[in-house]
Amino acid sequence: MSLATTQSIAEIKARNKELIQEVLRVYPEKTAKRRAKHLNVHEVGKSDCGVKSNLKSIPGVMTIRGCAYAGSKGVVWGPIKDMIHISHGPVGCGQYSWGSRRNYYVGTTGIDSFVTLQFTSDFQEKDIVFGGDKKLVKIIDEIQELFPLNNGITIQSECPIGLIGDDIEAVSRAKSKEYGGKTIVPVRCEGFRGVSQSLGHHIANDAVRDWVFDKVTPESKPTFEPTPYDVAIIGDYNIGGDAWSSRILLEEMGLRVIAQWSGDGSLAELEATPKAKLNVLHCYRSMNYISRHMEEKFGIPWCEYNFFGPSKIVESLRKIAGYFDDKIKEGAERVIAKYQPLVDAVIAKYRPRLEGKSVMLFVGGLRPRHVIGAYEDLGMEVVGTGYEFGHNDDYQRTAQHYVKDGTLIYDDVTGYEFERFVEKIQPDLVGSGIKEKYVFQKMGVPFRQMHSWDYSGPYHGYDGFAIFARDMDMAINSPIWKKTKAPWKEVPKPKLLAAE
Amino acid sequence: MPQSAEHVLDHFELFRGPEYQQMLANKKKMFENPRDPAEVERIREWTKTPEYREKNFAREALTVNPAKACQPLGAVFASVGFEATLPFVHGSQGCVAYYRSHLSRHFKEPSSCVSSSMTEDAAVFGGLNNMIDGLANSYNMYKPKMIAVSTTCMAEVIGDDLNAFIKTSKEKGSVPADFDVPFAHTPAFVGSHVTGYDNALKGILEHFWDGKAGTAAKLERAPNKKINLIGGFDGYTVGNIREIKRIFELMGIHYTILADNSDVFDTPTDGEFRMYDGGTTLEDAANAVHAKATISMQQWCTEKTLPFIADHGQEVVAFNYPVGVSATDEFLMALSRISGKDIPEELARERGRLVDAMADSSAHIHGKKFAIYGDPDLCYGLAAFLLELGAEPIHVLSTNGNKAWEEKMQALFGTSPFGQNCHAYPGRDLWHMRSLLFTEPVDFLIGNTYGKYLERDTGTPLIRIGFPIFDRHHHHRSPVWGYQGGMNVLVKILDKIFDEIDKKTNIAGKTDYSFDIIR
Repeated sequence: MSLATTQSIAEIKARNKELIQEVLRVYPEKTAKRRAKHLNVHEVGKSDCGVKSNLKSIPGVMTIRGCAYAGSKGVVWGPIKDMIHISHGPVGCGQYSWGSRRNYYVGTTGIDSFVTLQFTSDFQEKDIVFGGDKKLVKIIDEIQELFPLNNGITIQSECPIGLIGDDIEAVSRAKSKEYGGKTIVPVRCEGFRGVSQSLGHHIANDAVRDWVFDKVTPESKPTFEPTPYDVAIIGDYNIGGDAWSSRILLEEMGLRVIAQWSGDGSLAELEATPKAKLNVLHCYRSMNYISRHMEEKFGIPWCEYNFFGPSKIVESLRKIAGYFDDKIKEGAERVIAKYQPLVDAVIAKYRPRLEGKSVMLFVGGLRPRHVIGAYEDLGMEVVGTGYEFGHNDDYQRTAQHYVKDGTLIYDDVTGYEFERFVEKIQPDLVGSGIKEKYVFQKMGVPFRQMHSWDYSGPYHGYDGFAIFARDMDMAINSPIWKKTKAPWKEVPKPKLLAAE
Repeated sequence: MPQSAEHVLDHFELFRGPEYQQMLANKKKMFENPRDPAEVERIREWTKTPEYREKNFAREALTVNPAKACQPLGAVFASVGFEATLPFVHGSQGCVAYYRSHLSRHFKEPSSCVSSSMTEDAAVFGGLNNMIDGLANSYNMYKPKMIAVSTTCMAEVIGDDLNAFIKTSKEKGSVPADFDVPFAHTPAFVGSHVTGYDNALKGILEHFWDGKAGTAAKLERAPNKKINLIGGFDGYTVGNIREIKRIFELMGIHYTILADNSDVFDTPTDGEFRMYDGGTTLEDAANAVHAKATISMQQWCTEKTLPFIADHGQEVVAFNYPVGVSATDEFLMALSRISGKDIPEELARERGRLVDAMADSSAHIHGKKFAIYGDPDLCYGLAAFLLELGAEPIHVLSTNGNKAWEEKMQALFGTSPFGQNCHAYPGRDLWHMRSLLFTEPVDFLIGNTYGKYLERDTGTPLIRIGFPIFDRHHHHRSPVWGYQGGMNVLVKILDKIFDEIDKKTNIAGKTDYSFDIIR
């Protein structure tokens, strides 16, 4: 049982503040000062969570963050299925990110789809010394010969590219011309740029703007007849099929989804998106840039939504419908009514098993706030949360719409801080990533990976909520957590009888 | 609506229903600008041809699905094998997130490692301040006994000098002057993870043996009777190192396992997170200089380390991932020769049991054709075992294998009548392997998790042995070395063979006359 449920808000706040002071004591003074700005206790009514964010991680502290390459290749571009994404540089980056994000797609892999292949220029010392542009030229030729059905190529820069002065833009332009205007996208997402994955998202968004959109002339017709109900799903990476269990709801309410960004997405969908009437944005953090661009350039409005848990789904369906006519508004109500029995049944089954359980989160993108509603639908409480690479606008959204008074907030948490917080707060569940999973399970704390859905999913939409509820129950109520202590260590030692 | 609270459908089944199938078909047709299915089929068939193979093997620049990782991964793997040692990778931080994830996904264990988090300014001015702050923070937070530094390619490209940086950091008080901070330059654009293992291990031994970067006296070797053992980069380190220790103890040999990460990658769930567990003590690492000999279980993981050790006056012996009867025989006889101890009867009995099992099952393996890929030593060890079993390792491919490896493999093939049609492919990747499997099919494929893509495309059943294994659990806890390890490999191979036979004979009324109850 978590401590949180037995304490008043004031007590919780005091404890959390003390906890923050306690973890800061481990750091050298300079570091403590810097980390102090990233840790806080949420005060209800405040416009943000009272933490600094999107700043450099501190060397040596064991940050959980990744890099710009991870944000571009791993997140934004990687899922575009009919393009080949070259991990340009040494072999490792592509290898470690190969197939691990579970961006589901349908296609014939290696023939017309390439998401789960690892294309790399496998830089050797001579490429560093003499530059890699010539190799890149040859790589593009070899791709064209061996993978003739690819619809485009992206070049995902690893650290050395920007350091050795390669001109991948010039190569891209020349090869595009040579191959009849083929889409070839150079992406300057070297891992040392910026402070986290976040800049990689931005760079990737800008690359779509500059190297995909700018090739599409305003007159160019999409391959389909536009309708007033055309929308694009932006910022859903189809992890475990998330975008599919979202798309089905939008279509059921009468909208037509003309593009998915970028889970199960294709180049044609990217190109057609400027024809959408509304962009619906799930992961604000990674794709707000392109949404804003489309608003400015093409006049397409965008709206954030949240498809985790029925409360937020209902709110989001109505919000999206608000951009359309009565037909769609009625459609939204119809969808809500259709799925209500499923929601009721899921809650009836799982809420009694999860009521009052506490959760601590640390994830990226949108999840540190977006999943809170889903937990609350199951009677659970999020007592601590933080972003791997959030910005202040994320913390504003979190403060204004999601977290409760007294919630512990930790930005770019370090391994040390996270362990201490969990150890002291003793939540019933931790939701974070693979690097954290086994740390907390060793401590006897149930855990779910909230990046990859722990190889389950989808978690989006109504279909996803049933899976989410099942998985949280499975984690928390697994009988194994009662067995972490050996019985002979649990039982108090019998007192020896005094010798007669 | 297929979903229900009683029977929750997840991605395995949810999307197969008509609602989703219709939706996906519509998406494709309307919005994806799909290729003509006939064209997709034509290209798919074309990729199976000898003509495609020829083009595929003519590749000079592009790598597709390589079976290797980069140096720092191996450095981290080696470093955590020392007592309370925190690996510290100097360079971009995303790399460290990747190594930790990669190791955790294989071992299903925590993987602790820090980065100096270099960004643009460090790219311009160098990463000295990152090193100074990073070492101070790591030292204070994680209370290590040693911090083992390696590098990402970023730090290598800009030319950061670890020796000088660490020295300066100590002067600035980041860590005490006598605190152990061995280092190794591990550029990702040279070699692979096995090179990184080699460099890091050599860096650590050099630190202890050769005067701690000029801050202490070099150790004077005073030979004793101990034997050092180096496992190399090994996905089975947990099971293998424990098996090796058991063998040493059975033989009564005093030993030091260098870079012993068998405990840190296999900690219990008992309420406590052990960031550090087990490992070669720093004292043992230093004293290893006095040993009589050092045995490397993987030649290509110790190409620099072994000569370094030999230069200190020890005998060094290298194996190539010994699996099976003869390889284990040679390993034990080398131990016996060096230590002067007899091989105990208990091990002879284990040997007999492995031979017994191989004889029992020989009929099912004899003449079967295999493809193998993986690290150079692993490939060699497995190929040698297959030859012992009368099987044919037709294609043996190692992305991080070199010319010398190829020659050694071909020499191995030359020793056996079962090796006559076998070929080694150094520097090739799994897209090459795909062509090999289509144009010269084999019965089974041995490789890591990524082999499942080859199994899907070519229909060649995959036997998972290698690193990483992400999609099967816990096999790394059992050894593949020693006679008992050989038994584990044998059973793994046999299970797949029998499963395949059953799969091919289980159509009722058609093929099930061969669906035998006894095999």
